[in-house]
Amino acid sequence: MKDTHISPGTPPRASAHALEVVGLTKRFGERTAVSDLSFTVGHGEVLGLLGPNGAGKTTTVRTLGTLLVPSAGSALVAGLPLTPENGVEIRRRISIMPESPGLYLRLTVTENLECFAGLYELPNVRERIDHVLRAVNLTDRARDLCGSLSKGLRQRVGLARALLSDPQLLFLDEPTSGLDPVGAREVHELIDGLRERGVTIFLTTHRLEEAERLCDRVAIINTTLRTIGRPDELRDQLFKRTIVVRTVAPLSEPENVFRELPGIEGWHEDASGAYFLTVTDPKVTAPELTRALVRAGADVLGITESLHSLEDVYLELMDSDGKTDGESS
Amino acid sequence: MNWTPIRAILQKEFKDYRRNPSILTAIALMPVIFFGVALGIILALPASVTSGFGLPLLYLLLIPTLMPSQTAAYSVIGEREQGTLEPVLTTPIRREEFLFGKALASLIPTLVLTYIALGILAACLAVVQPHKARVVLGSPEFAVILLFSPLLAGWSIWMATAISARTRDVRAAQGFASVAGLVPPTVIALIAFGIIPRSLAVWLAAGAALLLIDGLGYWRILPALFDRERLVTGGKP
Repeated sequence: MKDTHISPGTPPRASAHALEVVGLTKRFGERTAVSDLSFTVGHGEVLGLLGPNGAGKTTTVRTLGTLLVPSAGSALVAGLPLTPENGVEIRRRISIMPESPGLYLRLTVTENLECFAGLYELPNVRERIDHVLRAVNLTDRARDLCGSLSKGLRQRVGLARALLSDPQLLFLDEPTSGLDPVGAREVHELIDGLRERGVTIFLTTHRLEEAERLCDRVAIINTTLRTIGRPDELRDQLFKRTIVVRTVAPLSEPENVFRELPGIEGWHEDASGAYFLTVTDPKVTAPELTRALVRAGADVLGITESLHSLEDVYLELMDSDGKTDGESS
Repeated sequence: MNWTPIRAILQKEFKDYRRNPSILTAIALMPVIFFGVALGIILALPASVTSGFGLPLLYLLLIPTLMPSQTAAYSVIGEREQGTLEPVLTTPIRREEFLFGKALASLIPTLVLTYIALGILAACLAVVQPHKARVVLGSPEFAVILLFSPLLAGWSIWMATAISARTRDVRAAQGFASVAGLVPPTVIALIAFGIIPRSLAVWLAAGAALLLIDGLGYWRILPALFDRERLVTGGKP
């Protein structure tokens, strides 16, 4: 991606956060799409909203983007209370890239952007369009009809359109949905670039590696907010830390080796002969463990800390949701 | 109301029309057909007939009735089907501005083509059968076309847009819109043929009623039917 500067919109001084959500609930008739969501997004932060299909991610974006009226709760979006009266002004300060880019296929890339520049009543239209096209590496396709572009390129046009108004807060709803790995990587690079420039981004996805790579914090929802935090915080919240020991031959008396180690909470051996030690702090336990293994005459293949991925966190939470549902039904 | 977003919608629509062969064909064919029918009937009437030359002009009223209903019926549901409605609704454009831009995009080509058809018809008659041209230009039907075309187009557009905002299928919207659009021209035809007693007062009353209904349609009914939430989620009202 070219190093084109796109300055994020001036943060509103009235609010400490780009987005503050308190008890947000959206019901469609009898069905509750999202319930009692509360979280904040700081200026320049990238927050990922994760959840399975039907968890309420898109509904959350649409509600915060003033397309849907919340059933309960409140929010401060780009410094303005989320009310119908503020709808126009909020939409002026934010930008939403829906899951499907929704381009006018019979219009060229530039014509699409010109149309949206008009809808936002932007000044210096030509300059802005050149700017965002450079940012998404599409300058050479500016005169192409959008209908002739690949899905990945259309997604880039969608992103250019979202950047056109220089938003204070950018909502990206499943930006890599349906893209092949190359297309997804291109979009990731674009988002990385925005992040480096301090654009506040609210990103919904069900791609866990995407969230882990791009987001400062992630919120996992399944109608309600299940958890929120930095990926490493969530791992620590949900999982005990584990050291894995692999040896050439099984230890003759593993209990004698492990039991006196500092910070050890338990251990077990798996079918492959690896030892899994649950510890409070690997930095404290690992050096002592190494010495104990040498003393025991073990031929050590490796001592590593087992790191849980965001996927593990996600699956753990979804599993517990499934169990709760099962118990309550 | 703000003109910049209205102009953006208008320009987008015109560019879209230009590159859409089916829309272009519909826009071009309809005036040609009704112009041809009206001219053919007037030319075929015997020279001995001294009145009624103006009645075939009423065919031209089908241009402002049917032509805009096709584009207006597509205006909301079409955007929704191609996934462009949600991005537009996430911009600061107001509902009224969006609807007004869409209405103008249907109204302008309709009126231009209707009046061009009327002008060419008058010119053709003036060249080929000048005595009939004088009668046609002085007929009440000529004045009716001039005055009622914007009102009929207005009716067709708000009715078709309202249907477009509440239906889930473009073809259904266009079908319903075509039928709904025919109500006022039917009344006009009943007046023109004397089934409803024909007088200046009746014409004025019909025009005023249509103007009132159009006003209500644009300022009350259409905005009420344009439900942003329903359009985005596709849910029932």
